[in-house]
Amino acid sequence: MGNVALEDLVIDNTADGLFRVNRRVFTDPSIQELERQRVFERCWIYAGHESEIPSPGDFRARTVAGRPVILARGSDGQVRALLNTCTHRGALVCWQPAGNAKSFQCPYHAWTFSNQGELIGVPGEDAYSAAFDRRELALAHAPRLESYRGFIFMSFNPAIEGLVDYLAGARDYLDLVCDQSEVGMEIVGGTQLYSMRANWKLLVENSIDGYHAPVTHQRYFEFLVEMGVDSARSRRTGAGRSLGNGHAVIESAPASGGRPIASWAPHFGEAHKGELEAMQRQFEARFGPERAYRITQTNRNLLIFPNLIINDIMAITVRTFFPRTQDYMDISAWALAPIDERPEHRALRLDNFLTFLGPGGFATPDDVEMLEACQRGFANREVEWSDISRGMKRAHPLTNDELQMRAFWRKWHELIMLSQAAEAPVRHLVAV
Amino acid sequence: MGTIAAQQMQAISRQTIEDFLYEEAALLDEWRLDAWLDLLTEDATYEVPATDTPDGDPKTTLSLIADDITRIRSRVHQLLGKSAWAETPHSRTRRLVSNVRIREVTEENIYVTANFVVYRMRFEQIDTYVGRYEYTLVQRGGALKIRERKAVLDLEALRPQGKVSIIL
Repeated sequence: MGNVALEDLVIDNTADGLFRVNRRVFTDPSIQELERQRVFERCWIYAGHESEIPSPGDFRARTVAGRPVILARGSDGQVRALLNTCTHRGALVCWQPAGNAKSFQCPYHAWTFSNQGELIGVPGEDAYSAAFDRRELALAHAPRLESYRGFIFMSFNPAIEGLVDYLAGARDYLDLVCDQSEVGMEIVGGTQLYSMRANWKLLVENSIDGYHAPVTHQRYFEFLVEMGVDSARSRRTGAGRSLGNGHAVIESAPASGGRPIASWAPHFGEAHKGELEAMQRQFEARFGPERAYRITQTNRNLLIFPNLIINDIMAITVRTFFPRTQDYMDISAWALAPIDERPEHRALRLDNFLTFLGPGGFATPDDVEMLEACQRGFANREVEWSDISRGMKRAHPLTNDELQMRAFWRKWHELIMLSQAAEAPVRHLVAV
Repeated sequence: MGTIAAQQMQAISRQTIEDFLYEEAALLDEWRLDAWLDLLTEDATYEVPATDTPDGDPKTTLSLIADDITRIRSRVHQLLGKSAWAETPHSRTRRLVSNVRIREVTEENIYVTANFVVYRMRFEQIDTYVGRYEYTLVQRGGALKIRERKAVLDLEALRPQGKVSIIL
């Protein structure tokens, strides 16, 4: 780490209103190793959605926190995060990215595991002594797995608090997403898998950053004006909030890019106008005008610490990302939608998604460019600090202030300094 | 459409199609995007499916790109402007188009597939995009035009490419 102690990586000076992050946190490989142990192995990490594995036998094999994992719904209906490594000599036992299976057979020596992880087949088992016990050789699984309204999290920390407690104030914001359907939400087919040549924490910041929108995304707002959106609607109001435990959100209105639920924009076409108004009225009947307005008219960018972003904006994207090295991250992004969404509306949602979101949209590529530009700039090691002080003296920080990032950094810093996982993380409603 | 026109469609040669695709590739590599727009019909579409669902229908499956002609025009307008940061300054590209095959010719349409490799050079990184094209071409006043243009990536993920900010 050179001569910067962990305590000094973040300067949190509320008296003067200055917040600084030492840029070593984006470039130093030893920090990445600390993050592996003290962040990714201590927290609840998003693994997938129940809708991706709806039936017994369904599975998704993916990399989570650097590990090949099989997210599997067993024949008993229970979801497990099986660690995708044969308990014999280590090979991956599941080589398909998705499917339905009663068992997984390792292609190396044909050891066979049930979809619940039990070792059910060993060729030539008579070669082993009495000490060989199949029950000890089941596929390992993440010690904790819980889901909240379809969102499945896993943890390598056996002592972690329950998921609902962990979610703290973020739970209410997940509810604003999940309440958009009485039947439930589902992940839509088709995954946006991409990467950035940048540190993963830059994408945390970027995903909940209101300040950059008019500049980085100038071409998107020009597109909206081209499509007939009144440019005054781009001037939003809203708040940045800390939700406890490192979670944070920015919430704003009006939604200039439209919302499938439920705010019309000119590029939707007249045909959808009445339908969206009717939808709005249905939500008012279900929830009352105030909550209905929040659900249907406000955009929210939500961070679930450490690395789950749920942006409920011109469509809903679920985005998770992990560091491969300190200057490279892998990102997976999905669309989330009501299970009972009508086909024409689903098509509208997916179309609106692509106006902004994803590596081919009119916005995400420019975010990728900005974060990669930051990472290249970090080679100037003499410039030690990033400034994240915006709005520190405001009683009610705005979406284009940086409180939401300070919430992330304060939690990150707390965990990085904590060498013993046994200490219960302190949860406090944090200063601005 | 009369018999003579239908015969002309049937008679269309692979060389004619290749010449057309090479011209299109040159326009895109030279960033002559307004001229490229002139190759499209008024109802043209441009699609790049997600890497894990190459056969996905954009109405039901999340894609990377699914543009109608309005969005295509806006995309070109942005790329030629100053605020598409991912392409400001423009990256250098070089498209290799090969394995051009005429799959079917009907009265209206010529269905063509081809293989592509597109190299994108920026900040001394080279991003390589590999895949196949699926075109629906039509004849308009003696010239070929593009009605449907799909670039199906063979990449399992945009890693390390990170984005598709050019017209693939």
